[in-house]
Amino acid sequence: MTDTITTGEITESVEDFRLRARAWLADNMPKVDPNFKPPPPGDDDAEWQRTRELQKMLHAGGFAGIHFPKEYGGLGLSPEHQAAFTEESDGYQMPLLLNVPTFSICAPTILDMGSEEQKRERLSAAIRGDEIFVQFLSEPSGGSDLAGLITRADRDGDTWVLNGAKTWSTSAYAADWALCLARTDWDAPKHRGLTMFLIRTDSPGIDMRRIRQVNGSTEFCGEFFDDVVLPADAVVGEVNNGWAVASRQLFHERTAVGGGSPFTSGRGNGRGATPRTKLADVARLAGRAGDPTVRAMVGEHRAMERVQEQLIARVTEGIKTEAMPPPAASLMRLFHAEADWMREDMAISIGGPFVVAGTDSEPGLGGRAGINYLMRQGASLGGGSSEMSRNIISERILGMPREFAADRDMPFSQVKRGPS
Amino acid sequence: MDFDLSADQKLFRSTTRSFLQKEATLEKIRELSDAGGGFDRDWWTRAGELGWVAMLVPEELGGGSVSGEGVRDLTIVAEELGRLVAPGAFLATNVVIAGLVEASGDGPDHSEAIEALMSAEAIGTWAVYDEGAGWDPLSPKVTAKEAQGSYVIDGVKDRVELADQADYVLVTAATDQGPTQFLVPTSATGLGIDLSWSLDMVRHFARVSFDSVEVPASAVVGQVGGAADLIERQLQIAAVLQCAETCGALEAVFEFTTQWAFDRFSFGRPLASYQALKHRFADMKMWLEACQATTSAAAHAVQDRSEDAAELVSVAKSYVGSKSLVIIQDCVQMHGGLGVTWEHDLHLFLRRATVNQAFYGTPEDHRRRIADLIAL
Repeated sequence: MTDTITTGEITESVEDFRLRARAWLADNMPKVDPNFKPPPPGDDDAEWQRTRELQKMLHAGGFAGIHFPKEYGGLGLSPEHQAAFTEESDGYQMPLLLNVPTFSICAPTILDMGSEEQKRERLSAAIRGDEIFVQFLSEPSGGSDLAGLITRADRDGDTWVLNGAKTWSTSAYAADWALCLARTDWDAPKHRGLTMFLIRTDSPGIDMRRIRQVNGSTEFCGEFFDDVVLPADAVVGEVNNGWAVASRQLFHERTAVGGGSPFTSGRGNGRGATPRTKLADVARLAGRAGDPTVRAMVGEHRAMERVQEQLIARVTEGIKTEAMPPPAASLMRLFHAEADWMREDMAISIGGPFVVAGTDSEPGLGGRAGINYLMRQGASLGGGSSEMSRNIISERILGMPREFAADRDMPFSQVKRGPS
Repeated sequence: MDFDLSADQKLFRSTTRSFLQKEATLEKIRELSDAGGGFDRDWWTRAGELGWVAMLVPEELGGGSVSGEGVRDLTIVAEELGRLVAPGAFLATNVVIAGLVEASGDGPDHSEAIEALMSAEAIGTWAVYDEGAGWDPLSPKVTAKEAQGSYVIDGVKDRVELADQADYVLVTAATDQGPTQFLVPTSATGLGIDLSWSLDMVRHFARVSFDSVEVPASAVVGQVGGAADLIERQLQIAAVLQCAETCGALEAVFEFTTQWAFDRFSFGRPLASYQALKHRFADMKMWLEACQATTSAAAHAVQDRSEDAAELVSVAKSYVGSKSLVIIQDCVQMHGGLGVTWEHDLHLFLRRATVNQAFYGTPEDHRRRIADLIAL
């Protein structure tokens, strides 16, 4: 669906493109400051402003939207051209914050499923550095059961009226447009009554709030919709066929998370993160580095980290060579959670009182380990829960029977959504 | 199993598998066990003809491997042996060969012994555990004292694999100059062997006593006092082969246990339809893939003699060692009472995996070694 089309023109070879990119980057893009540390997510307004500026610079230089089609503002070049540019861009400041979700998830979904006008206007605006996208998918009423969402869009003449709430939208505060999945037919079974809309995040009636997580991060947002009026052309794809759009979106999300998107430019997603706890440091802080039990724990966790890298390499190779089915990605997802549990559990076990109370007014190394412990379940929840991963592994890799779903083939209006 | 096996390696795997399926079935293991364990020497010689003990020997010494990457080729054999918890001197002899080959050109010549071992005419084993002691290969208690150009070895090693069937023991002993390894024929005067109890059905262990065993200086492997590097090499080979063997056992156990979950019905539905059990199978699948990933990474590192080979070996040894038992015990649980019967084959695999995780350092020993290696 996203094949590059070049008609009647000679495409510049990857090597020529690479050399031209190398020279242009050297003349035009600022180098990364080796001492720069990205601010914590949520506290990064200046970074987002800078990101837009960097994208405008790429666009002005003719190096933006490399794999996006020409008719939508891109260069219409191959993934290999994009990969060459990414390699050359190492060491330069790049608009990495746009990689996820704008360019790797939202834009390809619009490209696959959007109207001609949506593709022309939104994609070119993103490529110019004028617009940033976000996903409005999860809802406060349910996490794993995405298709069971209850945000509604009702027809009102030529327009739609949106009511409901979304949550866990990453950096929505910085975005201009959102892909928002809403229910438009309550008499159809759950997957068949959904429609995807492309909406402005500043539309009247949207109340956006930061979600403050237990470690203080305010990266995620929640949105409340109160009679938000959407024009007819806000629909992406077909009315009531929004699940097809969402499926493409989830496909692009998995590809992006796996590091395989042909639409990202530059390495990484540009997001700072709370530094992980290092168990060896905690052991030294607690004066227990010589304790054989503690040494075995630190060694065990180090082994776990190495095995995690090795499993990722194996599964990535397995999926690439089709020795494993694509759902095998859930093996990496589940292992990540297990490795995080081990780290956080060992941190409080080794650190004892040193991670729960400081000797100083600041949390320090021990305090940060304690705060990280509060987010222990993060990796078991983000991007689908561990329980969903186990369902996927047992059903789609081992071929075991699917879980019973009480709402299968039932009009959504008749599906129970609470105890009464 | 690696995804990137060459055509030759795949062929080698299938040859190995058909040989074992014909010659070392689980019924055969039970028969051997009833007859006191061990294995038939003719059988071992025929196995040797498939190249099982020649892969670490360079071509100039008469050896050779399938792919040119002997360590990785050996892991193919080890996995197949694990799938059938086969008998044989594969691990024991290859570890001795690893030490001898590592020392070749540096110290006395052992090419004759190498030739006998790699053709499976002779069996070798590493006597490394001192009587009653834990895993501490660099501090041997068995002593070797120099006397007029020869050495006199005294002391006791126990838990020596297959010593009752071996022709050579590679003994790690203390000398005035530090730990030193000697290749000693089991026929040497003063060397006593007493078979001891083993959890494994067919893999024997024995106590080897040295009562003033006199050996010539040519029995030294490598340099006097220079055993540390050889011991590291032997450990790396032993651990990688153990892990690969355990992975093979895990594959077999997980396959038949998953099939069992589809075939066994309770309350009118297959076990495989219960979410509580599905989730445990998902965890086991993840651990199994992780065991294979880390074993493969360790094999590559030892093959390539990577800088982090020592760490990756201990990573694999500790992870596979402990997770294999978690997986197999959970598979026992999935089988219900059948899983703890003598009749069911599960215990054959559980025995082998339990033995493998215990020898050449426990998971905990290797975790501490990792802590040492990362300079905690």
